[in-house]
Amino acid sequence: MKDQKEYVKIDCDRNTFHVSRSAFVESDVFDREYEKIFDKCWLYLGHESEVKKKGDFVTRTVAKRNIILTRDTKGNLNALLNTCPHRGATVCRESSGNSKNFQCFYHGWVFGCDGKLKNQPGKESYDVEFNNDGSSDLASVPRFDIYAGFCFISFDPDIIPLPEYLAGAKEYLDLIASHSESGMGVVDGSQEYAIRANWKLLVENSIDGYHAVTTHASYLDYLMNTNGGLTDVALEGKSYDLGNGHAVLEYSAPWGRPIAQWVPLFGEEGKKEMQGIYDRLVELHGEDIAHRIANKNRNLLIFPNLVINDIMAVTVRTFYPAEPGYMVVNGWALAPNQESEWARKYRLYNFLEFLGPGGFATPDDVEALESCQTGYRNFKLVEWNDISKGMGLEAPSYDDELQMRVFWSQWDKYMQAGSQIISSL
Amino acid sequence: MSKEFNRHEIEDLLFLEADLLDEWKLKEWLELYTKDASYYVPSTDLPKDAKADNSLFYIADDRLRMEERVTRLMKKTAHSEYPRSKTRHLVSNVRIRNIDTDNDEAEVSAAVVTFRTKGGNTDPYIGSNYYRICRENGVLKIREKLCRLDLDGLRPHGRVSIIL
Repeated sequence: MKDQKEYVKIDCDRNTFHVSRSAFVESDVFDREYEKIFDKCWLYLGHESEVKKKGDFVTRTVAKRNIILTRDTKGNLNALLNTCPHRGATVCRESSGNSKNFQCFYHGWVFGCDGKLKNQPGKESYDVEFNNDGSSDLASVPRFDIYAGFCFISFDPDIIPLPEYLAGAKEYLDLIASHSESGMGVVDGSQEYAIRANWKLLVENSIDGYHAVTTHASYLDYLMNTNGGLTDVALEGKSYDLGNGHAVLEYSAPWGRPIAQWVPLFGEEGKKEMQGIYDRLVELHGEDIAHRIANKNRNLLIFPNLVINDIMAVTVRTFYPAEPGYMVVNGWALAPNQESEWARKYRLYNFLEFLGPGGFATPDDVEALESCQTGYRNFKLVEWNDISKGMGLEAPSYDDELQMRVFWSQWDKYMQAGSQIISSL
Repeated sequence: MSKEFNRHEIEDLLFLEADLLDEWKLKEWLELYTKDASYYVPSTDLPKDAKADNSLFYIADDRLRMEERVTRLMKKTAHSEYPRSKTRHLVSNVRIRNIDTDNDEAEVSAAVVTFRTKGGNTDPYIGSNYYRICRENGVLKIREKLCRLDLDGLRPHGRVSIIL
């Protein structure tokens, strides 16, 4: 058996944790990530609110596959592979819409929104038993399940059930789903962008409490200069390992939160409305949970590549590598299905201030990630990233690096799975 | 006060805006705008009538945030734009779409391409700009600018860290 290349180096005696920079640049790591991680995990497809009505659909690319998420005429959700079972053409070429049928434009085969083949031109030329086995229906993704409104798929038919996979992350998805008794929904408009950096850099960055003060200095200046943009709440909290590679930081912060941390910028009218939201949360969930929902911020990673940040607004973000140094990112805003015009407006105002490629913070994250990727050109000479901060501490702080160690440990586990067999060949 | 607008005069204003942005004279750029101005860049998958109050945009700035955007961009800690990128705003196909006589405002559209070059990459932002232009004490000012990108997303750009 050949020695395996080491990507993650942990020294528990010296409390150091190192990751090889080659993991961000090597093309064989990129290939194996698709085979060993993206083909073996539960992946985020979309939110059930995006297909509210019967016949609603959205198309997505998930781990290089084209998928249609539909709500069929019975009201069931389906995740279908967007390729004609006949000769392969992309069946649905719109990004979203409502339709009872999908007709492949190549030869005219017609499928229901549950994927079942309904008709094909020249049907009389086919055997009477044609498609009795369903093999000419649009194929379903091997596994599909929903938790708290979040739709996940897996290309591994033998994967563990979604609730078991989500482990401790379930509690945090429940907290987000509990922002409003009207339920949560995706706001119209998605932020689609790319970063010239390895996808794992965005995993790290999305749950990195350590970088804010320097990377986002100009955003923090802005908050301080904006009259009424801040409360005197301290930035403090903890990070937690949620199992199966998932992690979260939960912390208080001085910025306003539409649910429901008031800042003077929201005005006196807003104060009254937010107090009402808070009181209702207490009635529904009790003081402790209400306090967490309203006043705590959460940066949640669901392994491998779903980030839900419940901060100055709620963003859902997922991303895939197109090559080792280039990732494609999709981001959405999540909001209560029913909230006042005022609250929706301030939520989005708050969102755009920090989040997204036109905000006052995300562009600087993009710059940081791209500068790391550029720095990795030296990876053979300067080989290791250090993510040791807070290692060995009993209760690591939100600005320690526990959550990244959780990710990387799981990443390494998946990447090594079956490797002995491969290396002995 | 004149209620008349002519295209030459409007083009001069838009060309001046392009120049100021390319020269990074952002404080001067702000002076082209009214005190109640706004600046929008909608997400690329939204319908044309989408509003920033209930849909997710890339940028939805009121005047206050336009000023803060400029303040931020002039700092060395605006890392994405320090060192500064080179930009070239090209403005073409300028048309007066409508004159709103009630508000003494012209609705103007223009085809635009803005190139941003930094770190060895040149990325084009292609689209149409929609302006509401008014006259303040005889001087043309921009009350609203909306940049609708003809792109499927910000790829490969990754950001709108410059002013479009």
